[in-house]
Amino acid sequence: MSKSARPSDLLFHGSDWSFATLSRTYDAIKEIALDDLGLDCYPNQLEIISSEQMLDAYSSNGMPLIYQHWSFGKHFVYEDYLYRKGRRGLAYEIVINSNPCISYLMEENTMALQALVTAHAAFGHNHFFKNNYLFRQWTDASAILDYMEFAKGYVTRCEERYGFAEVESILDAAHTLMDQAVFRYRRPPRISSAKEQARARERLEYEERVFSDLWRTLPHSKQSSDPDEEERDAQERKKSLNLPEENLLYFLEKNSLILEPWQREILRIVRIVAQYFYPQRQTKVMNEGCATFVHYTIMNMLFDKGRISEGHLLEMLHSHSNVVFQPGFDDPRYSGLNPYALGFGMMQDIERICMTPTSEDRDWFPEFAGNGDWRATLLDAWANHRDESFLLQYLSPALIRKMRLFALDDEAKENHYKVASIHNERGYEKVRSSLARNYDLGMIQPNIQVVDVDLLGNRQLRLQHTVREGIVLSESTRDATLRHVRRLWGYDVSLVGVEGNSDRVIYETSTDKLSG
Amino acid sequence: MPNFIDRRLNPKDKSLSNRQRFLRRARVELKRSVHEQIKAGKIVDVDAGHSVPFPIDGTSEPSFQTDRSTGRREHVLPGNRDFISGDRLPKPGQGGGTGAGKGAASEGDMEDDFRFVLSREEVLDLFFEDLELPDMIKSSLKEAVTFKPRRAGFTIAGSPTNINVGRTMRNSFGRRIALQRPKQAAVDALAEEIAKLEEKDPKPGSAPFKRLEELRREMEVLERRRKVVAYIDPVDIRFNRFEPMPLPNANAVMFCLMDVSGSMGEREKDLAKRFFVLLHLFLKRRYDRIDIVFIRHTHQAHEVDEETFFRSTQSGGTVVSTALEEMQRIILDRYPSRDWNIYAAQASDGDNLAGDSDHCVNLLNNELMKLCQYYAYVEILDERESAIFRSTDNGTSLWRSYRLVGENWRNFQMTRIAKPGDIYPVFRQLFAKQSTAAKNS
Repeated sequence: MSKSARPSDLLFHGSDWSFATLSRTYDAIKEIALDDLGLDCYPNQLEIISSEQMLDAYSSNGMPLIYQHWSFGKHFVYEDYLYRKGRRGLAYEIVINSNPCISYLMEENTMALQALVTAHAAFGHNHFFKNNYLFRQWTDASAILDYMEFAKGYVTRCEERYGFAEVESILDAAHTLMDQAVFRYRRPPRISSAKEQARARERLEYEERVFSDLWRTLPHSKQSSDPDEEERDAQERKKSLNLPEENLLYFLEKNSLILEPWQREILRIVRIVAQYFYPQRQTKVMNEGCATFVHYTIMNMLFDKGRISEGHLLEMLHSHSNVVFQPGFDDPRYSGLNPYALGFGMMQDIERICMTPTSEDRDWFPEFAGNGDWRATLLDAWANHRDESFLLQYLSPALIRKMRLFALDDEAKENHYKVASIHNERGYEKVRSSLARNYDLGMIQPNIQVVDVDLLGNRQLRLQHTVREGIVLSESTRDATLRHVRRLWGYDVSLVGVEGNSDRVIYETSTDKLSG
Repeated sequence: MPNFIDRRLNPKDKSLSNRQRFLRRARVELKRSVHEQIKAGKIVDVDAGHSVPFPIDGTSEPSFQTDRSTGRREHVLPGNRDFISGDRLPKPGQGGGTGAGKGAASEGDMEDDFRFVLSREEVLDLFFEDLELPDMIKSSLKEAVTFKPRRAGFTIAGSPTNINVGRTMRNSFGRRIALQRPKQAAVDALAEEIAKLEEKDPKPGSAPFKRLEELRREMEVLERRRKVVAYIDPVDIRFNRFEPMPLPNANAVMFCLMDVSGSMGEREKDLAKRFFVLLHLFLKRRYDRIDIVFIRHTHQAHEVDEETFFRSTQSGGTVVSTALEEMQRIILDRYPSRDWNIYAAQASDGDNLAGDSDHCVNLLNNELMKLCQYYAYVEILDERESAIFRSTDNGTSLWRSYRLVGENWRNFQMTRIAKPGDIYPVFRQLFAKQSTAAKNS
């Protein structure tokens, strides 16, 4: 490839795209991405879609297909409204963690944007999906599309067989527990979509075969008044049910007292979808940072090689700087930390630390400061971290200063905030760890687990909320959610809020005390 | 070369069924908003899209959420200017969301001022749900079908005008080939040969003579054969077959009758108009084509255009029967009842010339009710009177007389309204699925 910038070397002219220019540009990007940056990607499938289709994709969590439920219609109506009011523009692309990796490109994009988006989604996100440990462990890219196909068909068949209302009420209840429907620590079994249908049938048949009404007629064991024995019984019961259990939907699917086999299968579908999206929620900063860094680097390299004209590079930089714009906290446009800005800032910072470290960087990052190989350093970070650990390891004082980050202490009872730490020598560590904690889903989401079931008595399901830092649940949604849990469990459900470090009970509620 | 797929031509409304599910879910709440809007707003605007507030009831998706007003949190924000650690910042607002928490402003916070647009069809569905034509009208609708002949294949019997020439000739051609009917060309050739031989006038017994004889016999055979195997045989003939298809009568004419004498003020006319518009809208859902005829009357009746009907006043007495006569004349003239579904709505304040009411009853009983699918009489009351009259069967002379008609004809309905808010309930009552209206009339 010639180094000089002759016009004939340009990948495209003007702003219109065609499949020929898309393909030529893709090849040029691919060469840099794989050979220079050393990315490792799934095969790509690029799909051109219109804005209506983009809205459709929004409402189904970006999945190309999903089972039917009114809540997706609600999201569609909402997104459609924002879009039509001009309050929110549409994304340039959507990318799906699947194998082959599907990227949606908007037809309205100019050629320069298509190039940017190709580098961003088809290589940046794609590489991240394929290599990050969370995705490798918790999602199965090659099976997800087939599984969604199965799920959609299964839900439709259930609707035909059992009626819309029945299926809807199960899905409603299951959706309320989506945040509590993931395994955070235990690795879930891999889904193999091809066998999924057969397994559903087998499960059903097996349960029908082994059902024996005789068990129901067995006399109850004698009431024992011995507290020790009761304690032992409880221990045994918990052990047999694998309690405590963090994945509420999983527990209900396996142990609910009233659900039909098809209803359990639907819980399973919702649970698997939740689990599939769980890694994405934990790696927002890294994922976007990785993709943004990749497109920025590739576009600049293409320009250096003379494959992109100055005008097009400026157009790309304009979009790029919009994406990574971070207004200050007191700016009216401020709406939280921009994951693109934070992620991209950190990636660039890592590159700088690798290539031209200051003495401060050497103190803070002895492992890689000045090692001269930013490519390998970044590949390693992308593969082995999630947002929380990434921030904790790689956020440098230089970037904290640059973004002028500061930590606010917010005690709900007080009527003022306290500035806890700022970007100074004493504050770096604290700001960094506070920020990392804010990206830890385990810390943000309430920790609710199934702790006990009274199977022989009134069959009450007992949930426990481990309260951290005095943050309790908002009551209206808590009670509404509990009602849904009751719907799935079949009997009363109680929820106890226990303070994490002292076991002090903070609140207690139960569906038999709730009205309605 | 990556795999490019152009999805732009794929069907667009992938979310449509989910949208419908959502609307069905939020039906009750959406219906209430639509009704309120229609009640308060201009009724002429009903026939369009409506923007409604986002329904909350029944479409909330609860989950375990942390309560923002409890506990201790730490926020990290960008863009510090001059704070140092230990500074205290007042919280914006009291109790509500925290400043730093603004970043997490989610759909929940937005939904308050969030309105979305229902399409015209969705609005009307919500508006006219459970509003059906009364059963009796439905049944008479069924009777009012007309038949239209529709092509339905071929038949072997029929009237000569329906002969399908193409099909007939095809059959004939096939039969002629199969039965080897001698062609005209062959006959001609034979005839020419015979003519040539005859010219020579061969002697009997000579070879040419024998040949001539032979040819003549052959000719005879050919001609007989042509006679037996006809060019077109009755079995060839095919007729176009027509089947009468019942057609629902898709035309309706709506008569708006109104008293415009001095006693009808702006308020009364406005109320009447609302009722007419609603009726029109309702009929529009049922029929492809609707004509509206406006007849206003004082002591004489005229057909007028809509503008005049609602705007201008006329002085004079009140003779209701003139309007009925005018309506009858127009029906006979332009709207034969076998082609048109005839609806009539009459609005009046109930005044009538003494003695004319009986004439009206006669006209309705003997002539008009036979022609009409439905006749609605709306009496517009003074708001002060409404309390008195609503509950009793007393009333103006016209009201009392019309009650007699109502007893005879099930498709005659009458009711009273006093304020705009009444119209819709009354309209529902008139067109309610069960004929609850009968109890009131």
